[in-house]
Amino acid sequence: MLYLQILVNGIVLGGLYACIAVGFSLVWGVLNVINILHGTFIVIGSYTAYFAYIKLGIHPLLSIPIAAAILFLLAYAFQSGMINKVVAAPVLTTLTLTFGLDLFVNNLLIVAFKADYRKVILEHPLGVLTLAGITIPEDKLAAMGLALLLTGLLFWVLDASRVGRAIVAVRMDREAAALMGVKVKKIYALTFAIGGVMAGAAGSLISLIYPISPLNSLPFLGKAFVICVLGGLGSVPGAMLGGLTLGVLESFGALAFGPEHAVTLSFITLILFLLFRPTGIMGKRGYE
Amino acid sequence: MKRNLLLLALIGILLAPMVANNYMIRLATIMMLYCVLALSWNFIGGLTGYPSFATAAFFGLGAYAGAVCQGQGVPMYLAWILGALMAAIFATGLGLAILRLRGHYFAIASLVVADVLREIVNSTTNLTGGGMGFNLPILKLEVDAQAKLFYYLMFVLALLTVATAVLVDRHRLGFGLRCIKQNEDAANMIGVNATIYKTVAFILSAVFVGWAGAFYASWVNYIEPGDVFDVLYSVKPIVMVLLGRAGTISGPIIGAIVFLLMEELVWRNFLTFHAGVLGLIVVALILYLPDGVLALNFRRLVAWRKNG
Amino acid sequence: MKPILRLEDVTRQFGGLLALNEVSFNLQPGEIVGLIGPNGAGKTTLVNMVTAVYSLTRGKIFFDGKRIDGMKSHEISRMGVARTFQVVQPFPKMTVLENVAAGALFAAGAKSLAEAKERAMDHLRFVGLADFAASSASALNLADRKRLELAKSLAMNPKLLLLDEVNSGLNNAEINRALELIRSLLKRGITILIIEHLMKVVLSLCSRVIVLHHGQLIADGEPSAVVRDPRVIEAYLGSRYAKQQKEKSRE
Repeated sequence: MLYLQILVNGIVLGGLYACIAVGFSLVWGVLNVINILHGTFIVIGSYTAYFAYIKLGIHPLLSIPIAAAILFLLAYAFQSGMINKVVAAPVLTTLTLTFGLDLFVNNLLIVAFKADYRKVILEHPLGVLTLAGITIPEDKLAAMGLALLLTGLLFWVLDASRVGRAIVAVRMDREAAALMGVKVKKIYALTFAIGGVMAGAAGSLISLIYPISPLNSLPFLGKAFVICVLGGLGSVPGAMLGGLTLGVLESFGALAFGPEHAVTLSFITLILFLLFRPTGIMGKRGYE
Repeated sequence: MKRNLLLLALIGILLAPMVANNYMIRLATIMMLYCVLALSWNFIGGLTGYPSFATAAFFGLGAYAGAVCQGQGVPMYLAWILGALMAAIFATGLGLAILRLRGHYFAIASLVVADVLREIVNSTTNLTGGGMGFNLPILKLEVDAQAKLFYYLMFVLALLTVATAVLVDRHRLGFGLRCIKQNEDAANMIGVNATIYKTVAFILSAVFVGWAGAFYASWVNYIEPGDVFDVLYSVKPIVMVLLGRAGTISGPIIGAIVFLLMEELVWRNFLTFHAGVLGLIVVALILYLPDGVLALNFRRLVAWRKNG
Repeated sequence: MKPILRLEDVTRQFGGLLALNEVSFNLQPGEIVGLIGPNGAGKTTLVNMVTAVYSLTRGKIFFDGKRIDGMKSHEISRMGVARTFQVVQPFPKMTVLENVAAGALFAAGAKSLAEAKERAMDHLRFVGLADFAASSASALNLADRKRLELAKSLAMNPKLLLLDEVNSGLNNAEINRALELIRSLLKRGITILIIEHLMKVVLSLCSRVIVLHHGQLIADGEPSAVVRDPRVIEAYLGSRYAKQQKEKSRE
């Protein structure tokens, strides 16, 4: 019974993780840029939800559109203004650039909001669902549900809309897509913006569960990275699979080794996968 | 002409502590440290082309190895060497695991290592003091003498690093690393044992950094995980080398000096926004000065200012 | 005479694709053998297997009597196997001289960079690139880059030279010059396996021709016999044409 509970905890967590990682994975797969800002984007999403609740009384799960809008604009601006210039550059250049940007934005957050951890404490918490002896806090369940919904929405957009297909085309073969009339630079900016939107949405959802602080940006980034390696780059199903896997792994890992070793555990998992199965669990470069 | 200038600079560096105050000496010690970090990263990042973010891991490891040894009663000088050795051994193992990765995967794997080490140090409270930090045994030297001691120590380490860099540059190792950077597959085909060469470069990028970490621990007397495993210790050397020019010897040194000067200016004016301004500098550097300061054509700049 | 290169049932599978299917042949020392076949036949894959870019799925490869499948590329290079790439692979930021010196230094056992550079100059003179020694490798045009590839390979003091489409992209005059160079290599006792599309090169240079088709070796013999081999004709021109030829020869 305990193991089932841990498993369910892991799955609930995993749904959230998928949402955290999918934007990062998309940007990496399409632009070939590792966006160090992703963690900070998530934190911005969390702060938006926090202040929306404190000042305006909007429930965090409902402030997703606000966070999404803010991050869309921010990410689009960053990409077309700066990151576009280095998209074809070597890894060191793009990584250092997004690192520098992240230092800047993160520091701004610390100055504006201080590094103290804040929590969204709901006045009317949703309570706990009990099914077959397993307890799931309803707010976490709702968060997971929304996370999966959003991720599914993204998948549908990529699959069914014209813009979505253009994004997938650019990811598969940038030059071929350009030859077919796709405005690659615009797609880059849009993809980066979508990455920001997913991060912001994830941040809103996360505000119910994790403490909020600019210091959390790197750990989120680390999780996103591990999920990408586990699930394969640039694909939504991959992010979901990777997220669920990491969630379950962390859940059982916390049971076995204690929660303080979460980073070490995920790092060892990461290294093992990079060494022996770099294409991820699904074993192929997930092009959806 | 060049050699005389160099000699003069060396004499200046040796005699400086006689006339400088402790603040200046401290600044100069940090400059030596930055030179060590930048030159070390240059081995794996500049010469070989592998974007390593592991410098913080090596620095922290050296610091804690040295500190813990001293805490166990090991004499200071021995503890420092052990710190360097631990970093080198760790780099060998880590290199075997992650040097076969390329590009992004290698970069991020190297980045996460420092976090992992920090977590391990945090949890082994009995050995390392965990999150509460570690106090090193106090040196029986008065403040001024201590300042001068660590200045000279860091200077000697910097000299050692420079000497190694020169040796590597002239030896076939340097040539082979440059081949690997430009085309690793072709390098393998032409007889370069890329695996061994990369690993040696990685070890070189760790040993002096670990040593410096051990020095640092003794110098500041108190270390904590968040401090010595700070990711900035990985990012700053990269920025320094990019400021100068990657792959050369004078590049990292000049970059370290310029960086320190900038940092001092920023510290004095933007205390709380220190990291933020650093971030801005990095962004400006990447976008507008991709070849570093050394690539600036100063004559053209002066002419442009005269005409404009 | 003991073969200098021996392939035994060499097989390579990429997922579902069987790129090489139990290929076996020998190369005698001093021979110049052509390796031909339609596009996608597996010719470059074969060279990649000999030089350990890919590992074997099945089979054995022997060089100079020693088993080399399973060894690493740089080890094989030092044993005396050199190859050129179809898409030339220089070290772009180094000079032409340094590019060639690299071969001499790491594969041919030159004792210092200075010695390697001396040897490199000799090789550059041999291929006719001596005037370009100080130029950057990326500044050369295609024909000169191919010559640089050749010089780099020669600097490695190879006993076996694997040439992969050295003539693609060259005009007639350049091809003739390349042929002369290759002929003079034979005088040095180097065994050559040359992948080629141009039949005139194959017919004029090679004492023997091997034909690959869909990863299988379908012919191995004298050039004039191989080009009339019905299976070879079918491979290149399709089964209908081959049938037509058969019917023609019956009439």
